[in-house]
Amino acid sequence: MDGLQRIPILKVGRVLIVPIQVDMDDQTVMHLQERILSELERTGARGVLIDISLLEMVDSFIGRVLSDIAAMARIMDARTVVVGMQPAVAITLVELGLELRGVDTVLNVDEGIKLLRCEFDFNEEDEGEFSWGELSAFAEQINRS
Amino acid sequence: MAVALGFRLIDQTRLVTVTSELARNVVKYARRGRMIAQPTRGEDGREGLRLIFEDTGPGIPDINAAMRDGFTTGGGLGKGLPGSKRLMDDFRIESSAEHGTRVTVVRWL
Ligand SMILES: Nc1ncnc2c1ncn2[C@@H]1O[C@H](COP(=O)(O)OP(=O)(O)OP(=O)(O)O)[C@@H](O)[C@H]1O
Ligand SMILES: [Mg+2]
Repeated sequence: MDGLQRIPILKVGRVLIVPIQVDMDDQTVMHLQERILSELERTGARGVLIDISLLEMVDSFIGRVLSDIAAMARIMDARTVVVGMQPAVAITLVELGLELRGVDTVLNVDEGIKLLRCEFDFNEEDEGEFSWGELSAFAEQINRS
Repeated sequence: MAVALGFRLIDQTRLVTVTSELARNVVKYARRGRMIAQPTRGEDGREGLRLIFEDTGPGIPDINAAMRDGFTTGGGLGKGLPGSKRLMDDFRIESSAEHGTRVTVVRWL
């Protein structure tokens, strides 16, 4: 079975949410990067929120993937935030010597949303279909699951 | 196995990460090889876990260079080997063009 479709990309307002839960092989990663790029293009989303709370480790490969996604998103004028890194993973990452270039890391989805929110500083008209309430509710769902 | 031996979460994470780095190197640079995990006991009696990654690939011509942060011939970050050394208590690497590469690491409980 191929694992290509296993990572969902959810769009809430102007933010793409990518919950990474599976061990990614190279193919899955390439495919995910392409999908994020085309979703950014298609939807004009301004933020990418990558939830890694279910990853038990981040090695140099995944670290590079996260940086690559951030670089790619920046070209599309979107900011990338990584949320939910477990403390043990964070410590290991430092010892490994990885810096997630261009990636902001925050503790949970709510923090991530806050960060993206002040970054864009949406006013009422800008928000359009967007609802922070909707996103927060969704975030809670992710946090609980 | 790391769990069974009683490693705490942070050490489990170190071991999983090192396994991923070194196994990925084997697959990437040597195509195939094997990994051996064995519980071990130090001279002072403390317990630990030893991981061995060996392959019969092309070997590493300049080990000193390969151990440097940022050195890569595979378009990577060059963090796998030096990072693994930092994550483990013991780290040994042997490599030759004839026999391939063997990396042995130990984390003590
Ligand atoms: N098993 C191996 N067989 C042959 N060469 C190896 C092997 N492992 C590592 N090397 C060589 O050592 C270099 C450094 O390895 P290291 O894992 O530190 O970095 P990388 O694999 O290039 O990048 P990263 O692991 O950060 O993605 C590699 O680029 C490769 O040239
Ligand atoms: Mg490597």
